Amino acid sequence: MLFVNDLSVAFKTRKGEVNAVRGISLRVDKGETLGIVGESGSGKSVTSYALMRILDAGGEIRTGEMTYSGIDLRAAAESEMRDVRGREISMIFQNPRAALNPIRKVGHQIEDVLVRHAQATRQDAREKAIAALEAVKIHDAAGRYDAYPFELSGGMCQRIVIAIALACEPQLLIADEPTTGLDITTQKAVLDLVGDLVKERGMSMILITHDLGLASQYCDRIVVMKDGLIVEEGSAERLFTAPEHSYTKKLVDATPRIGTSIRKLLPPENRAEEPELEVHDETLLDVCNLVKTYAGKSGPVHAVKGISFDIKRGQSLGLVGESGSGKSTTSEMIVRLQDPTSGNIVFEGEDIAATSSAGFMRHPNRRDIQMVFQDATDSLNPRDTAYSAIAEPLVRIGKMRGSDLTARVSELARLVGLPQSLLSRFPHQLSGGQKARVGIARAVALEPKLLILDEPTAALDVSIQAIVLNLLVDLRAQMGMSYLFVSHDLNVVRLLCDEVLVMKQGEIVDRGPTTKVMNSPSHPYTRALIEAAPQPPEIERLGL
Amino acid sequence: MMAEVTVNQQRANARQSDTTFGHFIYVLRDNPVTMLAFAMLAFFFGCAFFGPALVPYDPLATNAAHALEPPSWAHWFGTDNLGRDVFSRVIVATRLDLTISVAAVALSFVIGSILGSIAGYWGGWLDAVLNRFLDTIMAFPLFVLAMGVVAALGNTVENIIYATAIINIPFYARLVRAEVNIRRNAGFAQAAKLAGASDLRVLAQHIFPNALPPMMVQVSLNLGWAILNAAGLSFIGLGVRPPTPEWGIMVAEGANFIVSGEWWLAVFPGLWLMLAVFTFNLLGDGLRDIVDPRKRT
Amino acid sequence: MGSRTKMILGRVAQAIPVIIGVVVISFLLTRALPGDPAAYFAGPAADEESIAQIRESLGLNKPLIQQFFYYAGDLVQGDLGTSLTTGQTVMSDLAARLPASLELTLVALILSCATAIPLGVLAATRQGSWIDHLCRILVTAGVSMPTFFTGIVLIYLFYYLAGLAPSPLGRLDFIYLSPPHVTGFYLIDAAIAGDGETWFGALKQLILPATTLALFTLAPIARMTRAAMLTALSSNFIRTARAAGLSRGKVLYGYAFRNALLPVVTTLGMVFSFTLGANVLVEKVFAWPGIGSYAVEALVVSDYAAVQGFVLAMALLFVALNLIIDISYALIDPRIGLQ
Repeated sequence: MLFVNDLSVAFKTRKGEVNAVRGISLRVDKGETLGIVGESGSGKSVTSYALMRILDAGGEIRTGEMTYSGIDLRAAAESEMRDVRGREISMIFQNPRAALNPIRKVGHQIEDVLVRHAQATRQDAREKAIAALEAVKIHDAAGRYDAYPFELSGGMCQRIVIAIALACEPQLLIADEPTTGLDITTQKAVLDLVGDLVKERGMSMILITHDLGLASQYCDRIVVMKDGLIVEEGSAERLFTAPEHSYTKKLVDATPRIGTSIRKLLPPENRAEEPELEVHDETLLDVCNLVKTYAGKSGPVHAVKGISFDIKRGQSLGLVGESGSGKSTTSEMIVRLQDPTSGNIVFEGEDIAATSSAGFMRHPNRRDIQMVFQDATDSLNPRDTAYSAIAEPLVRIGKMRGSDLTARVSELARLVGLPQSLLSRFPHQLSGGQKARVGIARAVALEPKLLILDEPTAALDVSIQAIVLNLLVDLRAQMGMSYLFVSHDLNVVRLLCDEVLVMKQGEIVDRGPTTKVMNSPSHPYTRALIEAAPQPPEIERLGL
Repeated sequence: MMAEVTVNQQRANARQSDTTFGHFIYVLRDNPVTMLAFAMLAFFFGCAFFGPALVPYDPLATNAAHALEPPSWAHWFGTDNLGRDVFSRVIVATRLDLTISVAAVALSFVIGSILGSIAGYWGGWLDAVLNRFLDTIMAFPLFVLAMGVVAALGNTVENIIYATAIINIPFYARLVRAEVNIRRNAGFAQAAKLAGASDLRVLAQHIFPNALPPMMVQVSLNLGWAILNAAGLSFIGLGVRPPTPEWGIMVAEGANFIVSGEWWLAVFPGLWLMLAVFTFNLLGDGLRDIVDPRKRT
Repeated sequence: MGSRTKMILGRVAQAIPVIIGVVVISFLLTRALPGDPAAYFAGPAADEESIAQIRESLGLNKPLIQQFFYYAGDLVQGDLGTSLTTGQTVMSDLAARLPASLELTLVALILSCATAIPLGVLAATRQGSWIDHLCRILVTAGVSMPTFFTGIVLIYLFYYLAGLAPSPLGRLDFIYLSPPHVTGFYLIDAAIAGDGETWFGALKQLILPATTLALFTLAPIARMTRAAMLTALSSNFIRTARAAGLSRGKVLYGYAFRNALLPVVTTLGMVFSFTLGANVLVEKVFAWPGIGSYAVEALVVSDYAAVQGFVLAMALLFVALNLIIDISYALIDPRIGLQ
C-alpha cells in the first residue's frame, strides 16, 4: 500500500546541512503494522514527517519516491496532500496535551477534521464527533465534547488525538512515539486501543518508537534505523532471536527484560565479571511514618501518606510507582531537599528529619546522603565546566584545595569513565551519557553511604542506559554504597535492586525481595504494572 | 567563584570566552545590522567622551548676527534663534543624555535584580509584597509617573535619573523574578545544595548568572527607552533647563520655528536623539539573537 | 459560566488594592515633598497669609496619617482641589478635557492595531521575506522615534511643505463651531448632529496627532504579534492540524492566530501605558486641548493641585483599561479561572 524508495531528507541549519535521512526504502502492506525503531537522532520521526510532507522549516526531501495507493506523495500538489492527510494517512504524536489546540473544545477539533474532509455537515458534525469520541472508548462522550485539553489527563488527551486521526477512517495510521511521557499502564491502554481499532478497521499502521520491546509486542515487522539508514529489517521474533546487524544486536542486548542480567545489557566483548555485592544486616536508614502534605488550591494534597521502610547497609532498594505516586517527593525528603510534614528519617541512629532542609548543608551527614538527578542536562549548571561541577562538593563539604582537589577530580573522572580531556567542557559540549557520568561523579565524590538515584536513565537511549546501569553496579560494589533506586521501569528495577517497594497514591502497596514481588505479586496494582511492561518475544518462549 | 583557580579551570574559562566569542563573531558576521549597531554605539560613546573638546563652537555662545542661518559649511546643522551653532550643541548634549540614561538604567538594574532575586528565590510573603508594590508602580502610565516624581522632587537632572530609574525597576524585578523562579528548583540548584552550598550561594553563584543574558537584552533596550524618557521630560520643561544643551529641549525650542519653515533647529537634535535610541534598540535585538536565536522578533 | 462570573468579579476585586496603592503614591508624591507643600500648593505668587490658609485647608499641620484620610475623604467626594491657573475645580477641568484625550488615544490605538496586527501576521507567515525585513526595520525605527519629534516632522511635511494638513492647533479649526456636546468625542458628536462638514473638519485635525501616536504604538504590537504568531505556528498542535489535512486558512487563523492573540492582548496593557504617556507629548506638540497639555501648562506654573489631579486621573484610567484587558483575556482563554 505504501512504498518508499531511496528517501533522503536534509535540514539546513546554522552549522550547514544535516542529512537526517539518507536513502531509506520501506513498504507497508495492507493490514500490516510496521515498527520503525531507533534511538534519538536516527531519523525515524523525520521519515514520517517526510511521508506526510509536514517537515519543519528548513527540511527538504532530496531524493526518493513515495507512493501511497498509486498517489505519488512526493510529486503531489500541496492541495492534494491536504486531501490525503487525515483522509488517507493520519498521524498521532508524542506529548498528546501539546498536540491539541489548548483553547478549542476537543469536540470542535474533531469536527474541524470531519467538516474539512466532507465527512460531516454542520448539522450532523456534533453527532459524528461524539461518535468518534465513543469509538476511542471515552466514557460520557457527549460530556467530554465540551472539554478543553487542559481539563483532561494525558491518556485522555491521547485518545482525543487518536479520535481526530481516525475520524475520517484513513487507511494508514502513523503513530510517532505515541506513549512517550505516559505512565506504563496508560501506555498499555492506549496502544491496545490503537491496535484494536487498526485491526477492526483493517487499517495499516506505522509505529515509531525507541523501545524495541514495545515495537516487538505490537508490530508484525520491524525496521531498525540508525543515523538516517535502515540497518536491519525483519519480524520481531527474528530480530530478537537472531539479529544480524551489530547495531541490532547491541540494541537487543541493551533492552532490559526478564531473563537478562545487568552484564548482558552490554555487547559481549565489554562484559566483565559481575561484581560481588555485599548486603550487611545493619540498618542504615530507617524511615518511619513519613508524611508530606501540601497546601493545594482545592484543599490539602496528601503526597505521601505515612510510609515506613528501611535500607540495609550495602542494599539496593527499588522504589517503583507511576506519576503522582509520591516516589519523587519521598526521595527528596530523604535526601533532605524537602521537609516532611511529620515522621522520622533515622540515618545511622540519628533522626535527620529534625534538622531542617535549609540547615542540612552544615549537617555532618550531608556528605553521606547524595543524589543522582533524573535529567542530567538540567542538573548541571550551563555556565560551569564538568570540572567545577564535580569539584563543588569536594570544595564545599570536603574542604579540598589545590592539587589534592585536582587529583581527586581526575580520579573520579576515571572512576566513572569520563575522559580527562572532557573535564574542561561545558554541559552543552557533552553528550547525554557524558553528562550522566558527570552527575554520577559529583554524587559519589564524597563517597556517600546512601545514594538516591531518581530515574537516572529515564532521558537516555537504551544503549547508553545499559552502560550507565553497569557503571552504577560497579560503583556500588567498589564503594559499598546503599542505593535507593527510584524508577517507573520495572525491567530496570529487576536488574538493579535487591528489594522493591511499590508506591501508589502516596502509599506503599507492595514490598519484598525483587524476584518475589516480580514473580508472584501480591497486590493487584503490582500485577497490573508487570503486565503493562512490554515484554519481547524471546522471554515468552523461555517461559515464565 | 571558587577560591582556587586551577590550571584546568583557567583553560576552561579561556575556552568559554573562546566559544562565546566565536559565537559572537559568528552572529555578527551573520547579521551585519548588529555589527553596525556596535559601530554606532562606539561612535556615540566617542561623542560623549571627546565631543565637548572637539566641537567647533562654544555650545553656549550666542551670536545675534548669525541667528537662524540654515545649514552651511560653517554651521553644518545651521544656527538657532540666538545664533548658537546647532551642531556643537547636539554633539555636546550626547554626554548629558547618555549619562542620564546609563545612570538610571544602572540604578534600576541593581535594585530590580536584588528585589527580583529575593522574591523569585524565597517566594512567600516577600514575593507577595513585592508584587503588590510593582503592581502599584505599573498602575501608573510610566511617563506620567515620571512627570509626577520630577514635579514632586524638584526640577533637577538627578531627579530625572531617579524618576527614570523608578519606572524601570518593575521591568528588571519581574524579569529577574521569573528567571530565578524557573531555576529555583532546577537540578543544578538542588545539586549545589547537596554539595553543601547555602541558599545565598546557590542564588548568587548558580542561579543569578544564568539570568544575566536576558537581562543584558533588557538593559540595551532600556537604555534607548531611558533616553527617550529623559528627552520627553525636558521637552515638556522638566529636568534639564535651558540654555544647557540637551536634545529634548532643543527639539522643544526648535518646534516653535517649524511652522515658519526653520526646520533645522528641531530636526537635527531630533534625528540625533532618534539615532541614539535606534542604536540601543538594534543592539538589544542583536543581543537577543546572540542570547537566543529563536526569539528573534 | 458561574465560575467565569466569579473570576471576573475576582479580577475587579483585585483592582481595589491597586487603586488604594495609586492613591497612596499620589498622596506621597505631593505631601512628602522636601519643601513646604503649602507653599507649593499656594503657587509662586502667594503671600504668607494665603499659604497659611492653604495649610489650614489641606490639614498640613496634622499628622501624615490624618492628612491621608482628609485627602482620601476629599477624593471620595470628587474634590481634587482648585487649579490656580484656571480658577476652576481640577475635577471640572479634567472632566471637560478628558474626552479630547480619549478620542485622540482611541483613534490612534485603532489605527495602530489595524496596521500592526496584519503586519505582524504577514511577517510571521512569510518569515525571511521582504515583508518580514520591512516589519523588522519599521518596528525598530518605530520604537526609536520620540513622539514629539515625529509630530514635528509630520507638521513640517504635511502642514508647512505640502499644505495638506490644517494648522496644528487644537481639535477644530476656528471656522467651525464645536458640535453640540453629547459624548465630548467630536467625531461622534458631529455624526450624531449629522454635521458632515464639522465631522470632516474634526477628522482633519485628528489625523496628524493620531498618526504620530499610532506610529509609536505600532512597533510593540507588530513585534509581539510576529513573535506570538511564530511561537503558535511552531507548536505541536499546529502539526496535528496540518497532519489532519486542515486547510491553510483554518490552520493559520482558526488555530494559530487565536492562540497568538493571547500574548498580544497581554502586551496591550504595556502599550496603553506608553500611549497615555506619549499622549502628553503629542498634545503639547499639536496644542490638543486634552488633559496632557493641561498638565504641561500646570507644570510650568507649578500648579500642584492640577498636576496631582492629572496623575491620579491617568492612573485610574490606566487601571480601568488594564481591567478591561484582563477580563477580555479571560474571555478568550478558557484556561483562566477554570483550573
